[in-house]
Amino acid sequence: MIPAAFEYYRPQDMAGVFAILQEHGDDARVMAGGHSLIPMMKLRMADVPHLIDLQDVGGMSDVTIVSHEVRIGAMVTQADIIDNTELTAVVPILREAALQIADPQVRYMGTVGGNIANGDPGNDMPGLMQCMDATFTLVGPNGERGVQARDFYEAAYITAREDDEILTAVTIPLHSGGYAYEKQKRKIGDYATAAAAVQITKDNGSCASAAIAMTNLSDTPVYSEAAGVALVGGTLDDTSLKASVAAMLNDIDPTEDNRGPIAFKKHVAGVILRRAIERAWSRT
Amino acid sequence: MKDEVTREERIDNLKGMGCSRKRVEDARFTQGKGNYVDDIKLDGMLFGDFVRSPYAHARIKSIDTAAALKVPGVLAVLTAADLEPLGLHWMPTLAGDKQMVLADGKVLFQGQEVAYVVAEDRYAAADGIEAVEVDYEELTVLVNPFESLQSDIILREDLVAEDGSIPAGAHGPRKHHNHIFTWDAGDKLPTEEVIANAEVVAEESMYYHRTHPCPLETCGCVASMDKVNGKLTLWGTFQAPHAIRTVVSLISGIEEHNIRVVSPDIGGGFGNKVGAYPGYVCSVVASIVTGKPVKWIEDRMDNLMTTAFARDYHMTGKISATKDGKITGLKCHVTADHGGFDACADPTKFPAGFMNICTGSYDIPTAYLEVDGVYTNKAPGGVSYRCSFRVTEAVYFIERMIEVLAIELNMDSAELRRINFIKKEQFPYTAALGWEYDSGDYHTAWDKALKTVDYDGLRAEQTKRVEDFKAGKTRTLMGIGLSFFTEIVGAGPVKNCDILGLGMFDSCEIRIHPTGSAIARLGTISQGQGHATTFAQILASEIGLPADSITVEEGDTDTAPYGLGTYGSRSTPVAGAATAMAGRKIRAKAQMIAAYLLEVHDNDVEFDVDRFIVKGAPEKFKTMKEIAFAAYNQAIPGIEPGLEAVSYYDPPNMTYPFGAYVCVMDIDVDTGVTEIRRFYALDDCGTRINPMIIEGQVHGGLTEALAVALGQEIAYDDMGNCKTGTLMDFFLPTAWEVPNYETDFTVTPSPHHPIGAKGVGESPHVGGVPCFSNAVQDAFRPFGNRHTNMPHDHWRIWKMANELGLHD
Amino acid sequence: MSNKMHIKLNVNGKDEEFLAEPRELLIYTLRERLNITGPHIGCETSHCGACTVTIDGKSVKSCTMFAAQASGKSVTTVEGIGGPDALHPLQEAFKEHHGLQCGYCTPGMIIRAQKLLEEIPNPSEEEIRFGMSGNICRCTGYQNIVKSIQAAAAEMNAAKEAAE
Repeated sequence: MIPAAFEYYRPQDMAGVFAILQEHGDDARVMAGGHSLIPMMKLRMADVPHLIDLQDVGGMSDVTIVSHEVRIGAMVTQADIIDNTELTAVVPILREAALQIADPQVRYMGTVGGNIANGDPGNDMPGLMQCMDATFTLVGPNGERGVQARDFYEAAYITAREDDEILTAVTIPLHSGGYAYEKQKRKIGDYATAAAAVQITKDNGSCASAAIAMTNLSDTPVYSEAAGVALVGGTLDDTSLKASVAAMLNDIDPTEDNRGPIAFKKHVAGVILRRAIERAWSRT
Repeated sequence: MKDEVTREERIDNLKGMGCSRKRVEDARFTQGKGNYVDDIKLDGMLFGDFVRSPYAHARIKSIDTAAALKVPGVLAVLTAADLEPLGLHWMPTLAGDKQMVLADGKVLFQGQEVAYVVAEDRYAAADGIEAVEVDYEELTVLVNPFESLQSDIILREDLVAEDGSIPAGAHGPRKHHNHIFTWDAGDKLPTEEVIANAEVVAEESMYYHRTHPCPLETCGCVASMDKVNGKLTLWGTFQAPHAIRTVVSLISGIEEHNIRVVSPDIGGGFGNKVGAYPGYVCSVVASIVTGKPVKWIEDRMDNLMTTAFARDYHMTGKISATKDGKITGLKCHVTADHGGFDACADPTKFPAGFMNICTGSYDIPTAYLEVDGVYTNKAPGGVSYRCSFRVTEAVYFIERMIEVLAIELNMDSAELRRINFIKKEQFPYTAALGWEYDSGDYHTAWDKALKTVDYDGLRAEQTKRVEDFKAGKTRTLMGIGLSFFTEIVGAGPVKNCDILGLGMFDSCEIRIHPTGSAIARLGTISQGQGHATTFAQILASEIGLPADSITVEEGDTDTAPYGLGTYGSRSTPVAGAATAMAGRKIRAKAQMIAAYLLEVHDNDVEFDVDRFIVKGAPEKFKTMKEIAFAAYNQAIPGIEPGLEAVSYYDPPNMTYPFGAYVCVMDIDVDTGVTEIRRFYALDDCGTRINPMIIEGQVHGGLTEALAVALGQEIAYDDMGNCKTGTLMDFFLPTAWEVPNYETDFTVTPSPHHPIGAKGVGESPHVGGVPCFSNAVQDAFRPFGNRHTNMPHDHWRIWKMANELGLHD
Repeated sequence: MSNKMHIKLNVNGKDEEFLAEPRELLIYTLRERLNITGPHIGCETSHCGACTVTIDGKSVKSCTMFAAQASGKSVTTVEGIGGPDALHPLQEAFKEHHGLQCGYCTPGMIIRAQKLLEEIPNPSEEEIRFGMSGNICRCTGYQNIVKSIQAAAAEMNAAKEAAE
C-alpha cells in the first residue's frame, strides 16, 4: 500500500501553516500523529497533494490546569493523557477513555486534536468532549474562535471547522461527581460497537445533573440531553435508568456494519449506557 | 578405562528425542536477522504488482495501459493478451481445475488479477496501477452456492461445451454449469436404511463459514531469470518448494534442472502458502521479459481478498442411535463453496480432502458422505487452514452432531462420547468411511481430561448458574465446551495420495562429516514449526551425534531432496519418518565400521546412545564420532568411504493424533461478550519429540481456533464485495483477548511410524474450534439452543440469546 | 513524483542522511534504504505491530509514519538493542521460553517489550497483555511471549539490584 505522491511541509509556526493552507486550499491538509490519515492515504482513499505536519508548530502540547477548567493542546497524545497524573486527578474520565483507544503504539502517536478534528464517528474523544461540554479552539487566518463540542459535528467527517482553520486546543470545564467511559468493542484496535460517556452529580442522594454522550452510534457523536434529563431528580432506580436509555435510543441512529445489525447496536447501546450510568453513580 | 560420563549424561548431551531442546532458529529471529522473501534485495530488482478487479463478476471490455506506461519508472504492463502467446494466461490449479493468471475476458471475484505492472520501484508500480484504465461490464453476482446451482448464469464459460453440454470435470460428471464435482464415500443405501429404522435420529444443518489462514507475512516471491545460464531462480513463500518447481517447469517449459526454487524463512503459512498464485507466474514472466529480477509482495488486503481462503462448507447431517445412545449411523452432505476457480489444495483423489474422517472418534458402523463442489463469485482456495485436508470441517461436523444427538437423547454429551468411542482394543480400526485408524486410547484421555477439570463440579456450577439466571440474579451464562477429536495427518501413502500426480512421500538426506557433525536436508519447509531443532533431535537419537552438531536445511530445491513440503501436519509423520529411516541407514553402516574397528563380527556390536559397544563388554566401544572419522579416513575392506544416507519415505498409513479438550466460558447474555475462564487441552500425538515445541504448537493452534470460532471470517455482501479486507475487521486476537491454556498429554505411539510420532501442529486447531463453539452453544442449551452457526462474535451471540427470548 | 526531501535520522546510534520522496514510509526507509530488515510489514493499517520501532522514546508502527515525519529523530530497532556479542535480556528470554515460532512478529514484539519494561519494570501478566496488545502474533498464542517478558523483567531487575 503506497500513497500517491504529495508535497510535505513542516512549518515552524501557525503563520507558516496558514500560508500553505491559503496557497493550496482544499489540496492541503494538516496532520498531527497521522494515524487516521496515513492509512487512508495508503489505501488511496484520501488524496492529499499537500501534507502539513504540525509537529514543529509550538504551543499545542501543553496541558494547563486552572481552578475551573483544563486546557489541552491539540498535539497532546493519548499516551500523554494516560501518563499525566495531575490531569487524571481532575478529569479522570479522560484517562479511562484514552486507555480504551486503539493500542499502545497508536496511543503514542494519536493526538487529542486529531481524534477530535477528524470527524470520524468511530473516534472516542468527540463523544467524551460533548459529555464534558468542552470547547474547541479553532484558529484561522483571521483569528481565533471557540466552538462548543456539542455544536461541532455535522456529519461523518464534516465539522464546524473551516478548511483554513486549525483546531489548536480543547478546554474542558472541571466536573464534580461521578464519571464513566464504557466501551464495547470486538477487540483491541477496534472502534466501538457502542460507547457511552457519563458525568453525573449527586445532591442529597438524588441526581443533580447528568451529561451523556454516545460514540459510533450515528454519523456523529451523539450528545443526548434528554438521556441526562431523564436522570435528574431521581435516585437512579430502574425506572429512571430505563427512561434515560429510552431517551438515548431516540437520539442515536446506528447503521449496520461488521459489528452487527441495528437492533443489536441499539440493544448494546442501552446496556452500555446503563452500565456507564451505574458506574458513574457509584463514583459520586 | 572407565567412562568419565554416565550413560544418562551421554543421553542428555545428545539433546535427542523427548527433551525440550531450545530452538536453534531463534538466534537469528530475535536479532532481526531472519531472511524472509521481502528481505531479498538483488541488483536491478524490479517490482511487480496487480491491477485488481473492483467487481466480483464482470466482463472486461477493454484494458488501456497507455497512461500507465507513461508513468515514470513503469517498464511494462502485462495483460492476459500478453501471456496468451506463451500459454500462460491460465494456469493449472492443485485441484485439477485451471485458473486465470490474468483476467481473460472476465473476472470472477473481487480482487482478481487483471493486469501486472512492472516498475523500477514500489512507488512507480503503485502509480502505474492507478493509471491503468479497465472498462468493466458488470454481471450478476452469485455469492450463494445454492443459488449458483440453480442459476442460469454461467460463471465458467470455459467449462461449458459449444453445444451447451457440460463436460465432466477433473473429478467426474458435473450436474450443472456451476457445479464442480460430486464426491462420495461410504454406503448410501445401508446408511439411509439404518437411519430410517433407528430409534433416535438427530438432524442438523450447519455452515462452517469462510475464513482465511492469514499468516503475519503475506505471500510473495522474487523471480530471477539468468539469461546467460538459462537458469531461473524463484524465491518465495512456498510451503511446497519442490512442487512449485515441478509446476513452474510444466507450465513454463523450462526444464526442471534449470529451475531453482528457494523458500527462505517463512513468516507463518497455515495453508495459505501451499498453492500457486498468479503473482508467481507473472513475476517469472516479467523476469524473463525484462531480464531482471522481479519482486512481488502481496499487501494484507490482497492476501485476505485473493489468496487461498479456508472452509466455506454448508453441512447437513443425520445421526442415528439406539435410545440408550449407541450410535448406529451417520449421513453427511456438504455443499462446498469453492469460489471462481477450484483451487483447493487436496490430494488429487480427495476433492473434499479427508472430510470422510467425519465419523470422528466414534465406532459408527455405517456412514455415508456426499460432497458437491460449487463455483461462486468468491476468491478461489479451499486450503487446509492449520489442519489436514478438510479435517477441521469434519471434526466440527461430528462434534456438533454429537451435541445435537445428546440433546435429542436428553443425555450428557460427555457420556454420549464415552459410550461411543472406538475402544483401545479395536485398533487398528477401519472406519465406515474407509480410513484405518492406527492407534488410540480415547477412554483414558477422556477420563483424564474430565477428572482434571472436575467435570461433574463444572456441571453442578452450571446448573446453579442457570437457576440464578432464571431467578434474575445474574445475566451471565456459563458454557462448558467439550470436544474429542481424531485427526488424520501425514499425507500420505503414495498409493492413494498425490497432488497433480506428485506422490506424497517425503525425504531426508544425511551427510556425516569426518569430525562427527552432520548436515541433514529434507523435502519439507518450516514456517515456524522449528524443524531445524526437532529433526536434529530425531537424528541425534538415531545416530548418536549431538543435535547441536547437526545442521538441518530445507527449502532449496537445488540441494534438498525432493519432497512435497509442509502442510497437513505431514512433516513429522512423513519427513520425520524419512529422517529416522535415513539415520538408521547411517547406523547400519556405522555398525559395520564399528565391528571392523573393534575386531568383532557385525552382529557382536550393538548401538548404545552415542556409540557401538561390544555386546556384553560395554567398555569396548567406538563412539559415533570415531566411527565418522574412520568412515572417511580409514581403508576398510569391503566398505566404501564416506557416511551418507538418503531415505524417501512412503508412509504405509496416515497417523491419527487425537485429543480431549474442555473449555469453560462465561457469556454476557446482553452484550454477547465472551470470556474464557479455563481451557484444558490434552493432546496425544504419539511419541513426543520436543515437549516445549509441542506446547507452543498447542497454544498457537488453540488461539487460531479461538479466532475462527469467535469472530474470524471472510464475509461478502450480495454484490460479492469482501467486507473483511483489513485487520480492523478480520479478527486476529491480540494478547489481550487470549487466555492462558492448560496443556496435558497421553502417549499412544503410532505403530507404523519408525519413531511412533504422529504430528501435532494442527490438532489444537482441529479440536479447538468445536470446543470453543460447543462452549458457546452449551451455555444456551438449557434455554433451547440446538445449533447456531459460527462465528460466535458479539452480535451473533446476542442474536442467539435474543431468539431464545432471553432479553426483555 | 514529488520533490525529494533531505532527511536526517539517527538509526541505532548511527546518523543517516539521504534524499527521499515525502511518501516514503519509515518502514521502507529502514528495510530497503538502510537494509535494517528486522522490522517487518504485516498489515499496513497499524494493527499488527510487526513494524514497531522506538522513536524518541515512543513505540511507533513504522508503516504508519513517513520518513519525513521522523526526520531529526532517533530510531531504535531490534538490531539496536543487542547483537551476537551481547544479547538483550529480552532476546535471551524469548529464546529460552519459546516466545517465538515463525519469527516474523518477533522483532516488533521485542522492541515493544523493551519499551514496556522501561515504563513498567515489573509488570503483572495483565499489564504485559495490555501493553503488548498492539502486536499480533499468529503462532504462539502469546502464552510464551508473556512468559518471556516476565522472565526478562526478572532478569533485568535482578541485574539492576546487583548493580546497586
